[in-house]
Amino acid sequence: MTDASVNSSEPRRKVSLTETDERTKRRNAAEARFRMYGIAAIAAGLVFLVVLLTTIVSNGTGAFQQTFITTEVYLDPAKLDKKGQRNLDDIKKVSTFGYAPLVQNALLKEVTDAGIETPLTKRKHMKALISASAAAQVRDFVIANPDRIGDTVEFRILASSRVDGYLKGRVFRESVARDKNIDAEHLDLVDALVPLGVVKKEFNLDFILGADASESRAEQAGLGVAMLGSFFMMLVVLGLSLPIGVATSIYLEEFAPQNRFTDLIEVNISNLAAVPSIVFGILGLAVFIQFAHLPQSAPLVGGLVLTLMTLPTIIISTRAALKAVPPSIRDAALGVGASKMQAVFHHVLPLAMPGVLTGTIIGLAQALGETAPLLLIGMVGYIATNFPEGLASGFLDPNSAMPAQIYEWAKRADPAYYERAWGGIIILLVFLLTMNIIAIILRRRFERRW
Amino acid sequence: MPVFWLILSVLGLGGAGYVAGRQRALASAGGDSRNLHSLPSYYGSNLFIKTVVPAFVLLIIWLLVQPFVIENRVIGLIPTGEIAEGSNINLVMAEVRRTAEGLDNLVALGLMDEDDASNMRADISDVTQRLKDAGQVVTSTITQPILHAAQEYRTSSATGSLYMTVAVFVLAFAGMLFGLKETQSDFRARNIVEASVKILLIAAASIAILTTVGIILSLIFNTVEFFRLYPASQFFFNPTWLPSFGGGLDHDGNPLSKLGILPLLWGTLYISLIALVVAVPIGLFAAIYLSEYATSKVRSIAKPLLEILAGIPTIVYGLFALLTVGPMLISIFGDGSLGWMKAGTAVMTAGLVMGIMLIPFVSSLSDDIINAVPQAMRDGSYGLGATKSETIKQVVIPAALPGIVGAILLAASRAIGETMIVVLGAGAAAKLSLNPFEAMTTVTAKIVSQLTGDADFASPEALVAFALGMSLFIMTLGLNVFALYIVRKYREQYD
Repeated sequence: MTDASVNSSEPRRKVSLTETDERTKRRNAAEARFRMYGIAAIAAGLVFLVVLLTTIVSNGTGAFQQTFITTEVYLDPAKLDKKGQRNLDDIKKVSTFGYAPLVQNALLKEVTDAGIETPLTKRKHMKALISASAAAQVRDFVIANPDRIGDTVEFRILASSRVDGYLKGRVFRESVARDKNIDAEHLDLVDALVPLGVVKKEFNLDFILGADASESRAEQAGLGVAMLGSFFMMLVVLGLSLPIGVATSIYLEEFAPQNRFTDLIEVNISNLAAVPSIVFGILGLAVFIQFAHLPQSAPLVGGLVLTLMTLPTIIISTRAALKAVPPSIRDAALGVGASKMQAVFHHVLPLAMPGVLTGTIIGLAQALGETAPLLLIGMVGYIATNFPEGLASGFLDPNSAMPAQIYEWAKRADPAYYERAWGGIIILLVFLLTMNIIAIILRRRFERRW
Repeated sequence: MPVFWLILSVLGLGGAGYVAGRQRALASAGGDSRNLHSLPSYYGSNLFIKTVVPAFVLLIIWLLVQPFVIENRVIGLIPTGEIAEGSNINLVMAEVRRTAEGLDNLVALGLMDEDDASNMRADISDVTQRLKDAGQVVTSTITQPILHAAQEYRTSSATGSLYMTVAVFVLAFAGMLFGLKETQSDFRARNIVEASVKILLIAAASIAILTTVGIILSLIFNTVEFFRLYPASQFFFNPTWLPSFGGGLDHDGNPLSKLGILPLLWGTLYISLIALVVAVPIGLFAAIYLSEYATSKVRSIAKPLLEILAGIPTIVYGLFALLTVGPMLISIFGDGSLGWMKAGTAVMTAGLVMGIMLIPFVSSLSDDIINAVPQAMRDGSYGLGATKSETIKQVVIPAALPGIVGAILLAASRAIGETMIVVLGAGAAAKLSLNPFEAMTTVTAKIVSQLTGDADFASPEALVAFALGMSLFIMTLGLNVFALYIVRKYREQYD
C-alpha cells in the first residue's frame, strides 16, 4: 500500500522540495543506519582477522628464539674414558648421566669465575638451568671426536625451558614459588649471567628443522620431522589427486553422456565436497587401516585420506578450467582430423593447465592444513623424534604432520609448548601463504581470456 | 619374488612390448608409417596395454583373494579347544600371523634355516626361545597347534606367492604374444588405445562413487556391530554420556558405559547455534555492503581479506579458542568478575571462534546470490522512489532469500561437522545444560576421543564412534540436501 491511499482523507500539506520533511529525514537516517551496519560487519570481520593474525605473530615469534648457554666444558678423561685407550666402544659405554656433571661443572665454573654472589654454590644447583638435552649434545660431540677428550671445548647448549621462559617473560618470580623445577635464586643467577653473555637468546634453527622432543624437554622440540611427514603426505596427495582429478574432470566435461551414471558421479562429487573432514578420517581408519592393514600413522595413509578429501576441490576447479577453453579449439582440432581423444589431450588440456595447476595448489594448501582426519589414523600421540631414513621409510614409517604436531603441542601440559604451537602455526601459515601466492601468480601470468 | 619387483618387471616387459609393437608395425608397413592405420606409437601402446593390464588385474585379484583362502585353510587346523576363554578365533589368528611373521624374519636374518622353520616336529620351546632371542614379538608361549598353523600359513603363503609370480608372468607373456600377433599395418590400434584410455577415465570418475560407498559401508558395518553390543534405545534416548573405562556389564546385565547421544547432540547444536548467531548477521551484512554499497576498490580489498579467514586451517582457530578467546572470556565472565564461567573451554568459546570461521563462508555465498538478483529489479524499485536500503530490504533480500537460507544451512552443516575447534575449545564433559559458559562436548569431539583412546577396538566404547559418525554423516548430508532443495524449489526464475 502506498502512503497516498492511506492519507487520502486529509489534504496533503504543501512543503518545499528543498526542505526535507520528517519522514524523509527518518528514511535517510534509516538508510545511513543500514549502511553503517554493513560497514560495521566488514569492520568486525577485519578486526577478527587482525586480532587473529596479531595473536599468532605476537605469541609465536618467541618460538624462533631460544635461550642458549655458552660455556666451556672440560671433557674429563677420568670420567669419559676410564681405560684411557680412546676405544670408541668404551667411550660409548658412558651414558648421558656421565656427561651431565661435566656440563654442570662447566657452568658452575663460569659462575664462580665471574664472582657472582649466589647461594647456589653446588654443582647440582646448576641442573635447573641446563636443558636435559645438553648432556646428549656433549656426548654426541665426544663420540664424533674421541681425540678431543681431555680438552676444554666451548659448547652452545640449550638452557632449560624455565630459564627460556623467564627471559621471554613467560615465567615470573611469583609463579616459580610453586615450581619444583626452579627457584627465585636461579632466576637471580640468570639475571647475573645475561650481561656476561653466558646466557643469551638467539635464533633457533632447530625449531624449524629439528625433531620433536619428549614432554619434559620443550626447549628441544622442533617441527622438522613433522614437516617431512607433511611433505611426504603432500607427495601422495599430489601424485594421486592430480591425475585422478584431471581424468575425472576430462571424462565429465568432454566425454560423459547425459545419463544416470553421469548424474550419480556428479551428485557424489558435490556431496563429498560437503562431508565433514572427520568422516574421511573414519573412512581412512576403517578402510585403509582396519581392512587393508596399511601401517598406522604412516604418511601414505594420511596422504590417501587427504587425497579423497581434496579430490572434489580439484575436480571442481579443473572442470571450470576445461569449460573456459572455447569450443572452437576442439572444433579446429577435429576439423584437421584429430580424434576426440587427441583433441582433448593435445589441445584442450594444455590450454587448461594453468587453471588445473591453480586448483591443485589450492587443494594441496587445504590438505596441508587439515588436522581432523589425521587424528583418527594415528598421526597424533606419536612423538616424531626420528627423521625418516629414505623414500620408503618416509612414506611408510610412523610420522606426524605439521598440523597434527601443533595439536600435539597444544595438548601438552607445559606452557612452553604453547609458544611452540603458535610458532608452528606461523610456519604452517607461511607455507599456505606461499602456495596461495604461487597459485595467484600462476593464474595472473598464464590465464588466457578468450 | 616381492610384489614390488614383480610389478617393476611386468612394467619392464610392457616397455619391451611397446618397442617391439612399434617396430613390428613399421616393419609390416614396409618401414613407411604412412601405410599404417594409426601412428606407430599407438601400436606400441596397444602392446603395452595388452601386456600389462591383464597381468596387473590378475595380480590384484590374487593379492586380495589369497589371504582369505589361506586363512580359511589355517583356521581349520586350529582345534576349538585352543581358543581360550574370553578370546576368539580372530585373536588366535593374529597370534598365528605374528608367529609366521617372526619365523619369516628369523629366516631372513639367517638365524634359522628354512628346514627348521617349516619342520612340523620342531620343539616348541626351542622355537619360542629363538624367536624371543631375535627380538621378534611373541606375546605368549606358542602352543603346538599355533606353531603348526603358523608353519602351514608360511608354506601356503610361499607357494601362493610362487604360483602368483608364475601366473602373472605367463599372462604378461601371453598378452604380449597376442598383441604382437595382431600388430599388422591395417590393425586399428588407435581405436583400441583410445577405448582403453576412456575406460581409465571412467574408472577415475568412479572413484568419487567408490569413496561414498566406502564411507557408507565403513560406517554401516561398524554401526551395526555397535548396536549388536549395545542397545540402540540406550544410544538414542539415554540422557547421559559416561563411558566406563573397562566396559563390561553391571549385575542387571546392562552395559556399564552410558553412551547416550543426546548430550552430544545438544552440545553440537548449541555450539553451532552460537556460531551462526555470530556468523550470519556479520556475514550477511558484509555481503550486502560489498555487493550493494562498496566501490569496486573497497570490494577488491575487503573481499579477499575476509576470505583469508576461510583459508586459515581449523587447527589455528582451535588454538586461538583454547589459548586466547578462552582466557579472555574467563577474565570477563570468570570467577574474578561475574562468576559465570569456570574454565576457558566452554560452549561460548568454541561458538564464538567457530562463528568467526564461518563469516567468510556465509558472506561469499550470500554475495554470489545477491549479485545474481537482476539489476532491473533494483532499478524498478529506485524508480518508485525507494531508497537503497529500502530496495535491499524489500526487493533484493526477498528475491535472494531462498539462496541465503541455503547458504545458512550449508554454514550450519559446516558448523556441525567442525572438529578441531570443539576438540580444543569446547571441553570434554558431556552435559545437558543451558548455560553457554559451561563446558560441553560435541559429536565430533567424542568421535576423536573414543577412537584415539586406549579402548579395545572391538568394544562398544570404541565402536560408538562409528555410530556417532553415522549420525553426523546423516545430519550433514540431510542439511545439504535440504539446502539444495530449498534453493531449487523457491528460486525465483528471472530471464
